[in-house]
Amino acid sequence: MKPARFEYHSPTTVDEAVALLATFGDDAKVLAGGQSLVPMLALRLTRFAHLIDLNRIPTLQFITQSGEWLSIGAMTRQAAAEHDALVASTAPLIAKAIPHIGHFQIRNRGTMGGSIAHADPASELPAVALALDAEVELLGPDGARRVHAGEFFLSMWETAATAEEIVVAVHFPVAIARSGFGFAEMALRLGDFAITGAACALTLGASGAVERAAIALMGMDATPIRGSDAEMALLGATPDTIDFGEIAAIAVEATNPTDDVHASARYRATVGAVMVERALRSAIEEATRG
Amino acid sequence: MDELPVSIEVNGSITRAFIEARVTLADFLRERCSLTGTHLACEHGVCGACTVLVDGNAVRSCLMFAVQAVGSSVTTIEGLTPDDGSLSPVQQAFWANHGLQCGFCTPGFVVSVTAFLRDNPAPDDDQIREALSGNLCRCTGYQGILKAVHAAAELTQKARA
Repeated sequence: MKPARFEYHSPTTVDEAVALLATFGDDAKVLAGGQSLVPMLALRLTRFAHLIDLNRIPTLQFITQSGEWLSIGAMTRQAAAEHDALVASTAPLIAKAIPHIGHFQIRNRGTMGGSIAHADPASELPAVALALDAEVELLGPDGARRVHAGEFFLSMWETAATAEEIVVAVHFPVAIARSGFGFAEMALRLGDFAITGAACALTLGASGAVERAAIALMGMDATPIRGSDAEMALLGATPDTIDFGEIAAIAVEATNPTDDVHASARYRATVGAVMVERALRSAIEEATRG
Repeated sequence: MDELPVSIEVNGSITRAFIEARVTLADFLRERCSLTGTHLACEHGVCGACTVLVDGNAVRSCLMFAVQAVGSSVTTIEGLTPDDGSLSPVQQAFWANHGLQCGFCTPGFVVSVTAFLRDNPAPDDDQIREALSGNLCRCTGYQGILKAVHAAAELTQKARA
């Protein structure tokens, strides 16, 4: 028993959860899978007077497709999404990235929405959401709203969600024809926090030239970050003319990696470029195949 | 702070207790159910020693609060052992292949491997290494554990045949 004392709430509906959060505000924290929050509580890095547990709200666990959007409920376990056929066919980047999250025991509890809400700049799902132009659905006392991933991640562990809003779902655009996806990350040990990594999504036009390119880097800044200049440089290029090394160099140029005990900023920039190159190559390969 | 009344199913029997919400499932198992086979080392989700099954899924019991297990069915290392005191196929394989030395991490490994082999009955080396990545052992160097998982897969398949 290591966390500081808290009062435990386990609402069974989202409305009840939102009402609880509105009542307690900053004194409360929402508990999803607990795979990041509970360690932080156990280490007393943080403490809250109230925990609002979303695990008993069944309506937050779903994976559905509606037209051009794949919607995943916030409390959907990462393991459920990892092995889901609809996810694999409509948003393959998610399926490629999830095996890199922790270990299978962690993914059995960890949730899709929890990882997004936690907004760790080195974690996988925020980078995937950013690369796919996903939208995060928030619910608060004033109702629901959808925030584009590019506007959701504000800083380390900080998002556009207000203290009274809960992440209820994440919506991902369904992959279209001639698209390819790649994911690569570097961690000291399998399942450890990534030192750096990249998620790439590409779509080729009918002529075979790159029509849409998205490169999201993780562990390279205070939030996951898009390599916009590198994306621009890719547009119109045909797969056989792409200088992957140059594109990767442009992508990391705009980032601000930091020094810490695990790696220097220079190391992150060097390895980050290699991750971009790997993710990009596999995305191009997949897009070319179909 | 108030204690909450809970009633939790562990290894097929119900334990009732009054506990604080901050009591982890791991502490509940050890201190309230006297099931000390579930070991605690890091207590923040890194080492895997406290792995148990919750509704069949292998999870870290140090990262769940006991109150969250109300309504679920929890299986610990004690619950994976046959009633007659013999060893399960996974335990047998660990014993026969030098899959343990001091034994502290072993319950977590056995629970994780049992769940892994249920879902992947014939894994290759890479799959096993990946599955073992969530459990730390400071003694064996893992080679004996790797051998044990292969052997356990064979034993389990033979038992099913």
